[in-house]
Amino acid sequence: MLRKKLPRREFLKGAAVAGCASLLPACGKPPGRWRFFTEAEAATVSAICEQIIPTDQDPGAISAGVPNFIDKQLAGTYKRHQQAYRTGLAGVQATSQAMFRANFEALNWANQTAVLEALESGKAKGRSWESQSSKAFFQLIRDHTMQGFYGSPRHGGNRDYISYKMLGIDYPQIIGQNRYKRSQARKA
Amino acid sequence: MALKHVNAVVVGAGAGGGVVAKELSEAGLSVVLLERGGWPSFEDHDHDELISQRTTVLGNAFGPDDERNRRVVVGRDGFSRIVLPSEGSYGNNAACVGSGTVSYGAMAWRFIQKDFRMRSEYGCPEGSTLEDWPITYNDLEPFYEKAEWEIGVSGDDSQNPFAPPRRRPQPMPPHPYNLEGRLLDPAIRRLGLHPFPIPMLRNTIPYGGRPACIRCRYCVGFACEVNAKCGTHNTVIPKAIATGNCEVRTGCVAAELLVDERGRVRGVRYFDAGDREQFQAADLVVLSGSATETARLLLNSRSRLFPAGAGNRNDWVGRNLQGHAYSGAWGLFEQEAYDDVGPGACIAFCDFNHGNPGLRGGGMLANEFIRLPYLFTGQRPPGEPSWGKAHKDFQRKYYKRSMSIKGPVQEMPVFEARIEVDPGVKDHWGIPVARLSGHRHEHDVEIGRFLASKAEMVLKEAGAVRTWLSIPGLGLSGGQHQAGTCRMGSDPTISVTNKYGQIHDIDNLFVADGSLHVTNGGFNPVLTIMALGYWVSNYIKKEWNGTRFRS
Repeated sequence: MLRKKLPRREFLKGAAVAGCASLLPACGKPPGRWRFFTEAEAATVSAICEQIIPTDQDPGAISAGVPNFIDKQLAGTYKRHQQAYRTGLAGVQATSQAMFRANFEALNWANQTAVLEALESGKAKGRSWESQSSKAFFQLIRDHTMQGFYGSPRHGGNRDYISYKMLGIDYPQIIGQNRYKRSQARKA
Repeated sequence: MALKHVNAVVVGAGAGGGVVAKELSEAGLSVVLLERGGWPSFEDHDHDELISQRTTVLGNAFGPDDERNRRVVVGRDGFSRIVLPSEGSYGNNAACVGSGTVSYGAMAWRFIQKDFRMRSEYGCPEGSTLEDWPITYNDLEPFYEKAEWEIGVSGDDSQNPFAPPRRRPQPMPPHPYNLEGRLLDPAIRRLGLHPFPIPMLRNTIPYGGRPACIRCRYCVGFACEVNAKCGTHNTVIPKAIATGNCEVRTGCVAAELLVDERGRVRGVRYFDAGDREQFQAADLVVLSGSATETARLLLNSRSRLFPAGAGNRNDWVGRNLQGHAYSGAWGLFEQEAYDDVGPGACIAFCDFNHGNPGLRGGGMLANEFIRLPYLFTGQRPPGEPSWGKAHKDFQRKYYKRSMSIKGPVQEMPVFEARIEVDPGVKDHWGIPVARLSGHRHEHDVEIGRFLASKAEMVLKEAGAVRTWLSIPGLGLSGGQHQAGTCRMGSDPTISVTNKYGQIHDIDNLFVADGSLHVTNGGFNPVLTIMALGYWVSNYIKKEWNGTRFRS
């Protein structure tokens, strides 16, 4: 059977629309790497996550894609936490400025740790921590970091099963032997 | 168009409802089984810890969803709060065909004789509504047996000196010990205690047309990828469907029971999968929606005869919410103790279920099921950092060098620990939601402390270099082992149903789930819920022959 021929004029119109659609992203703002975070926020989040699970003989939170996990969840299941992150990350910078007169990601390792300890203990003060306590925000990002590092890779973290390798969990899992024989069934 | 009248509507396709649907449809009754969730499948969530029954941070793997469901929880400060199903205080079990039997660890315990007569045995403590069951272990024994053989249990009670008497052994041999079991067994024996392999609703050999367990590490909290775990979704419910008498309607949310002027239930008003309101008329109705949802449905069913809810003439519906105050200990070891071989929990001892000086009852103790990487990040001895390099070191070093032993405390029922319906908050369908309030009895914490010390003793004997205890607080109980809200009894002024699960004053309305439990045993309750499903069905079938229920 012959395919119904598309009139040339219609074909051209369609092609023009398709072509434009594929070009559209280039017309507006260049696509960012992040769904929810700004580039600046992403840098702060990455530094915090790496403090929570640092690189040592095994990869840390950044290598495992934890910031990507958090970003992805904030655009979906964790939508309800968006505001907590927006104000919380601003709070981290405010506390960092108050303690060391620099942005968090610019601090050396020990000073970054000191800022996070201040958040964790609730000692961080300031206007940014009026709507949510620094303690609550730290607990939130701590939990999300652990989820991204130790959870299933299907959610955008635990890249290449990094944490499973670290813990010595085989993946894909190796299943135990089945040591039973049918003859062991008790007679009904 | 009105739906065709049927003999029986069963609300909830879980441990109790699945059994009832099968028993009634095999007896020739036409049955509609309403289930608010859908059919579960392993592929939906795979081995995904973050959407499992153990960790619900990204949602409930087996329902219900956060979009359409909510509850109100009243804290001890009297302040009430709306909670979503994925939050811990919601007290969720599951919402799918099979319900908790899809994702459970599948321990197949029989309650023991004394569990049915707790008040006679120990007396009622101040602040509790403790009672004896109106039935004994011997009444239920044949129905335990039926559950074991029809649904499938592996185990060997002859190794447990505290096991209640039985006529037949469990149908399948027990699971062998994994590394934890092999390390703990000699230690428990050295202490003069009596360890044995845990009975499980899981195939150790091909059984019921399904294969044997492959002993993977993912068990409790996940659907079984090879269908070796025995739930109602892969045993009795398919059998019910095969009779041709049972229709399973998924995605259907029961809203209300209609009770007429003669004090008989006429049927169930519900919302179908397309959110359309339906009415299913029936000769009789069986509620198997779990202790929370069964109570909620009764309380939402107001009529002239029952202005405070069906069967609630004496204000006992929703009372005595129980669960299990899990208590135990963790231990750290020099050598590896975790070998990644499922189903994980394999060894138990029942030396402390009863006969503990100064205590009313106790609980079984067993090794913990599974070590999940994210959950383990929260398992630390007091004072250990919860993040940073030291936290990661701990995770790496002890993930396989740790063990936990814990067990379910048999709780003392409390009148004020209860389910009500909230006067203001409604769900997606406009149905008033469950409102949870109250707290545990102080005695539960005492027993918890006692059990935890015994667990710690065993871990130390097995070579633990460091141990710490995990003891529950006084918060509200319920959750996956929820029970007690429509308890059975011979005195209608202090119970909701008679000993057959028949609601006092409404002859054609029954309950067949954990709500019936007068006390909840020091054991995982599912086999008892299944046995009660058979027990209640047996009564209905006998009465049906005299057509007592025909309207």
